[in-house]
Amino acid sequence: MKKEITLMKGNEALAEAVIRAGCDGYFGYPITPQSEILEYLAREAYARTGMVVLQAESEVAAINMVYGAACTGKKVMTSSSSPGISLMQEGISYIACAELPCLIVNVVRGGPGLGTIQPSQGDYFQAVKGGGHGDYKLIVLAPSTVQEMADFVPLSFDLAFKYRNPVMILTDGALGQMMEKVELFEPIPRKTEIEPWATVGKPLDREHNIITSLHIEPDKMEEINLHLQEKYKQIEKNEVRYEILNCEDAEIVLVAFGLVARICSKAAELARQKGIKVGVFRPITLFPFPYQQLNNIADKVKNFLVVEMNAGQMLEDVRLAVNGKIPVEFYGRMGGIVPSPEEILQKLEDILVGEKL
Amino acid sequence: MSNQILTAEEKQSEHKEEENICLKEYLVYERPKTLIDIPMHYCPGCGHGVAHKLIAEVIDELGIQDKTIGVAPVGCAVFAYNYLDIDMVEAAHGRATAVATGIKRMLPDKYVFTYQGDGDLAAIGTGETIHTCNRGENILVIFINNGIYGMTGGQMAPTTLIGMKSTTTPFGRDVSVMGNPLKITELVAQLPGVYYCTRVAVNTPNNVRRAKKAILNGFKYLEHKKGLCFIEIVSNCPSNWKMTPVESNKWLEENMLPFYPLGDLKVPNLSKTE
Repeated sequence: MKKEITLMKGNEALAEAVIRAGCDGYFGYPITPQSEILEYLAREAYARTGMVVLQAESEVAAINMVYGAACTGKKVMTSSSSPGISLMQEGISYIACAELPCLIVNVVRGGPGLGTIQPSQGDYFQAVKGGGHGDYKLIVLAPSTVQEMADFVPLSFDLAFKYRNPVMILTDGALGQMMEKVELFEPIPRKTEIEPWATVGKPLDREHNIITSLHIEPDKMEEINLHLQEKYKQIEKNEVRYEILNCEDAEIVLVAFGLVARICSKAAELARQKGIKVGVFRPITLFPFPYQQLNNIADKVKNFLVVEMNAGQMLEDVRLAVNGKIPVEFYGRMGGIVPSPEEILQKLEDILVGEKL
Repeated sequence: MSNQILTAEEKQSEHKEEENICLKEYLVYERPKTLIDIPMHYCPGCGHGVAHKLIAEVIDELGIQDKTIGVAPVGCAVFAYNYLDIDMVEAAHGRATAVATGIKRMLPDKYVFTYQGDGDLAAIGTGETIHTCNRGENILVIFINNGIYGMTGGQMAPTTLIGMKSTTTPFGRDVSVMGNPLKITELVAQLPGVYYCTRVAVNTPNNVRRAKKAILNGFKYLEHKKGLCFIEIVSNCPSNWKMTPVESNKWLEENMLPFYPLGDLKVPNLSKTE
């Protein structure tokens, strides 16, 4: 079949993918730079698939609507941007503990506080290290193209249901707002089977289903925690995703995720034109993080340079992965400033000069 | 039909009905089948047990056990799901109506209700409460008002009466410091999304019967899909009021009910709607 190719904003491509992925319900609240997701769905979704789209009174209400809707075993989601995601953290912790599948999209902007509406990667810690209270993990996917903004939606729903765990697409304001060519996938039929754990009204032939995150007995609570940790280990074993570019002969490897990885590819190209052998490593899943794969590359190269739009958050995970084998340098911009390939090239040259000294 | 002469067959069936009335299951009071037979964690004399029983009875009578999904609150009734034999979801503090909205939007033909205390519904969850009412979600909200935070040990609630003592108002609620008690039921009754709004109590057998009628109406009106049904149940908290169950019911009658008067605040105009 002929593929449908179109030019779309990242946020719109994601919203279109949501409809095509057979999503049943979206609950959200407007916030820049992701409001197009809610707007697109409000315009398109119900008429095309009967998908429920509801603008909540706040992000707090939105995530709790997602919690309730997810209890029914349907494909449900929300989207927001940094300050809104902060408001959702309590609900996300409940959803993680109650083991409910859902998709949460964070189109990150600069912070802390009200910050700026420009792109940032400052929510890395919040996304991959828990974010809310207690010991839990989200599966976190970081697209770097508008194409991936769309492609990661059905993948997220698959992972969410496979592990009964919330999945976050961690993207940024630039990817949300920029237009690119997108190849749209064929619509996936709506999910019709009823999940055995879902609260859909108790048939007379089964026990009543209870969805809760309250386990007041410490023994029971620890049992739940151990079960969750075991699940996260399985996710770490099975779901690591990453991309490697020109690392075979590289002296220095740039490590970056999302939009920044693309800028790093350009920087690596510029570097090779100058005779500097540079490769790029892009984690696609931020949890599970590709610790082992980075460690393997560290055996073959002299330096890592981590580039992020934050003060060095993924840097900590790269250092954990490398475990002191080689130096891990860092270059970061904050406040909504996107680093340029030339800046990164300059940093690469500085590292090489430093080595010669 | 009334003048019709009964056939022999009809006479026999009428006779059978009389016989049925004499059957044991019609004469002996029994635990509703939706109420699970385990000891409750509520304090002796607390109104939650009665309210749970009424919900279970109504679900039994309407035959909707397989179509009902409840949302349990944070607070004393957080374990409501242990006692009601229906699918249930535990919500974060104050968020029950948002959770119920999510459930109901996914399953529009199911009976969805929340069961919330005064702290849950009228303090931390005021935003969700007002907006869910205003959207006219077709859910039933059962609001237990005992004027105090029970589970956390008797702190002031939004509904605590003026002068009423709590652990955080040890000298009585002072309006100049703590503001006024919140009549949230009167507040939401104004909203066009609310279809049915009433206030009942569970302190006397007569009031219990009225409360049951209200809950029955609440569930039945959901079928009209014309908006939210809101039932406030004025209840007691013997433990935190530091009273015996009997004293607490008397105190409720003398102090709570004058401020929170019983009766319907809004009823559907059935002649028009049906």
